[in-house]
This record gives sequence, structure tokens and C-alpha cells, in this order.
Amino acid sequence: MSKDNHQYLVEVNNLTFSRGSRTIYDDINLRIPQGKITAVMGPSGIGKTTLLRLIGGQLKPDSGDIIFAGESIPNLPRKDLYETRKKMSMLFQSGALFTDISVFDNVAFALREHTHLSESVIATLVHLKLEAVGLRGAAQLMPSELSGGMARRAALARAIALDPELIMYDEPFAGQDPISMGVLVKLIKALNAALNLTSIVVTHDVSEVLDIADYVYILANQKIIGEGSADEIKHSSSPLVQQFLQGNADGPVPFHFPANDLTQDLVG
Amino acid sequence: MIQKIIDIGHNTLNTIATFGRAFLMLVGALCAAPKIKNVRLTIQQIYVVGVQSLLIIIVSGLFIGMVMALQGYTILVNYGAEGSLGPMVALSLLRELGPVVTALLFAGRAGSALTAEIGLMKATEQLSSLEMMAVDPLRRVVAPRFWAGLIAMPMLALIFSAVGILGGHLVGVDWLGVDAGSYWSIMQATVEWDKDVVNGIIKSIVFAFVVTWIAIFKGYDAIPTSEGISQATTQTVVYSSLTVLGLDFVLTALMFGIN
Repeated sequence: MSKDNHQYLVEVNNLTFSRGSRTIYDDINLRIPQGKITAVMGPSGIGKTTLLRLIGGQLKPDSGDIIFAGESIPNLPRKDLYETRKKMSMLFQSGALFTDISVFDNVAFALREHTHLSESVIATLVHLKLEAVGLRGAAQLMPSELSGGMARRAALARAIALDPELIMYDEPFAGQDPISMGVLVKLIKALNAALNLTSIVVTHDVSEVLDIADYVYILANQKIIGEGSADEIKHSSSPLVQQFLQGNADGPVPFHFPANDLTQDLVG
Repeated sequence: MIQKIIDIGHNTLNTIATFGRAFLMLVGALCAAPKIKNVRLTIQQIYVVGVQSLLIIIVSGLFIGMVMALQGYTILVNYGAEGSLGPMVALSLLRELGPVVTALLFAGRAGSALTAEIGLMKATEQLSSLEMMAVDPLRRVVAPRFWAGLIAMPMLALIFSAVGILGGHLVGVDWLGVDAGSYWSIMQATVEWDKDVVNGIIKSIVFAFVVTWIAIFKGYDAIPTSEGISQATTQTVVYSSLTVLGLDFVLTALMFGIN
């Protein structure tokens, strides 16, 4: 068991979380293996981003625990939580670059905040990170001058600036053209291997992520409906999983948002 | 009827919760050891909310001083008291118009900008991403802006009053022919440092605190949509203006009302 513990960077145990009266997660368990790419898939609006925010400690679960590198995130005092966050980073769906400073300063931001490196060392590091995502030439551009795909790559460079142990991707492929998508897929895989990262990719782009993920969780209806390696998932016998992979409009995940009977509503 | 009582109770609870959140935000932002880096950020913000507000403050101050001299002269001259124009202009500016009009202008010029900026940072996940980079947005974003507002506004109010007095001189002395010596000397004899100037500064500091707090909190608490931010910006201007006017009455009553 102790050996098992060591293999997992993040453990989510019996997590229950609700927003208002709406339950987002009902008693789910996840294990994120160290050094691998884990995909968390599920229909939109299911609260996949919420899961990342829970792991990052921005939200607190109603019950259950989240262990990151041996520490219980929901129970950490504020100061320790900020200290722990230095070991993780998150790529937001919008990129969330700071719009008032250049790409270079964006990537340098965390280095300037958390380290005492000299400006010349920081410049070297920033250029290396930007080179890794292919944007060294765009260092002096402002975020508003970047295309959507470039902005996400710049944000990725910023996310790896402090050499985190864990990186969480929130819908990295949403709204990207096929080329940018291919670039991002390749980058996620390459960075994970090169920097010895652990990656969590939250997405609903099935085919892209199945190519690179070592392990896959599928979330729907507040539960984990399927998990396994990419191959296991592809050949899963669960109708829910198959509906999601094939993209069928109706099935175990209903097409209709729960509502009253239509004739009743129309006739009144 | 019952529904009405429920609504009142609900709104009351919401209001109290909002005050609680505003208070917690301020405590979180200000209860921290100051860092050299944050001093630099604060100076940067003083430039944004202070120096960049100078034009509107100076122009408004000048015109209000000029109009007051004009109005005051036409009344005072009936009693042959146009020599008192100087103290009239100076006292109204230092005690009332300087702090109040500056606070109103500041709410419109800088307060709304603060709300929109912080609200947009929230909507575009920049605040979240700061948190995930282990940088506390309360200390990095909120605190410098708060201190900047608190420092800049009293200075702006003093500049407003000073320019207003010069504007009064321009109209009263240079145009309408009030004696320059009496304009200045009676002003000097009448205006008291501790009673008039210091009280005006205290008013201004109180207004600065309230206006900046409202502006920053409205941005920080904004609903992160375009509609939410536009609403928050409007609320900043309306709430801070009303609060300033209300507080001004209270402060005036305390400072000058009971002798």
C-alpha cells in the first residue's frame, strides 16, 4: 500500500461537492499516477473545471479529501496552501495571460515573484521556456497580439516557468484549429516526458486526448462512469462510455435537460 | 404579505453577507507585512489613479473657484463686503467643495476604472491564475490599488482647493477688481490651519477610504460577465457618490456643527 501511495501524486477520496442545491460530484475517487498523463473527460457543464479548482484548493469539498504530494489540500492553512501551489500549475481555458504585460513578462512573472534570481538568469529561463513552446520570437508581443493558439502556448510556457510537479490543463483544445490542436497535443506529451511532469488534462475532445493519455477517467452524472487505459476505454462495454466516445446525441446521458412533460407545459 | 417579509429578510441577509465579504477582502488585503515590491506597485497605481486624474481635478477646481468668485462677488458687493471674497472662496473650498467634489470626480474617473479593471481580471481568470501561481491577488492586485487611492485622493483634494482659490483670484481680483491685498490677507486671517485645512484633509481621507474600498470591492465581487461588470461599475459610482454625500453631512455636523 505504501508503494502504491508513492505512485500517485494526487488522490481524490470520496469527494462530494455541490453548488447550491446542484450536486456536482457524488462520492468520487480518482488517482492521478505520478509522471503520467491522466485525462478526465466528460460532457460539458459537468464540472470538470471544478475538479481542477478543488485540487488547486480554490474550492473546498463538502466532504472527502484531496491529497496532493502527501498533503491534504482542503485542510491546509492558507499560508501552506500558497506554498504548496508553487508545486502545481494550471493552464486556464482562456489562457488567462496578464493583458497589461508582454509575453516575456508573463512568463517571468512567477519567477520574479517567487525566486531571487537575477534578471539575466530570469531572461535565460524565460527564453528557454518560450523556446519549448515555440514562441521565443514572440517574447516582446503583448497578449492581445497573439492568436488563440499562441496565447495558450504562451500560457503553457508561463505554467511551466517554476518547474511544477503537476500541471492541470483545463480544456486545452477548446476552440483551436486542427494545426494548433496538433501542436498542443504534441507539446503536452513532450513536456510531460521532458520535464518529468504529472499532467491532468480535462477535456471533451475524445480522439486527441486518447492518443496521449496514459489513463482516462470519464465523468458523467456526478459519478465516474468509466476508467482505464486508453485502450480499455475504447473497448469499454459500458453504454454510457460508448455514447460519449461516439458522440451520440441521446442515450444514457439524456439529450434533454430535466424538465416537465412537454405536452403539460404547452397545454398548461 | 408573507412573501414580502421573506424578501425583506432575504435582502437583509444578502446585504449583511456583502458587508462581511467586503470586510474580509479588506482585512485579507491589508493585514500583511509590506514588501518592497508592493511599494513599487503602489507607486505605479498612484500614478494611474492620481496623476492621471490631475487634468479633470485641475480644470474642475479652476472653474468652481471662478464660478464661486463670480457668484460671491455679485452678492457681497451689495453689502460692500467684496473684500470677504477671499475667505468665502477659500473656506468653501477647503471645508466642503474640495473634499466632496474631488471624491465625486475620483469615483467617476478612477473608481469606475478600478472596478472595471479588477472585474475584468476576474472575468478573464487572471485573478484565479494568480492564485494558482501562489500569488495572493488580494495582496498583489487589491492592496496596492487601495493604498494608492487612499494616498492620492487627499492630495488631489488639496490641489483642487488650491487651484480653486487661484481661480477665485482670477475672476475676483483680476477681472472684477477686488483688491488683491484684501483677497489674500483676509483669507490668511480667517482660515485656520487646524479647524479648516486639517478638517478638510480628514474628510478627504475618509472619502478616499470609502470610495476606494467600494470601487475595489465591487470589482472583486463582480459577477464575471460583461453584464456583471457594467453593473458593478455603475454601482461603484452611485454607491460611492451617495456614501460621500451622506458621510459629508455627518462629518460636517461633527466638525463644524456644534461649537
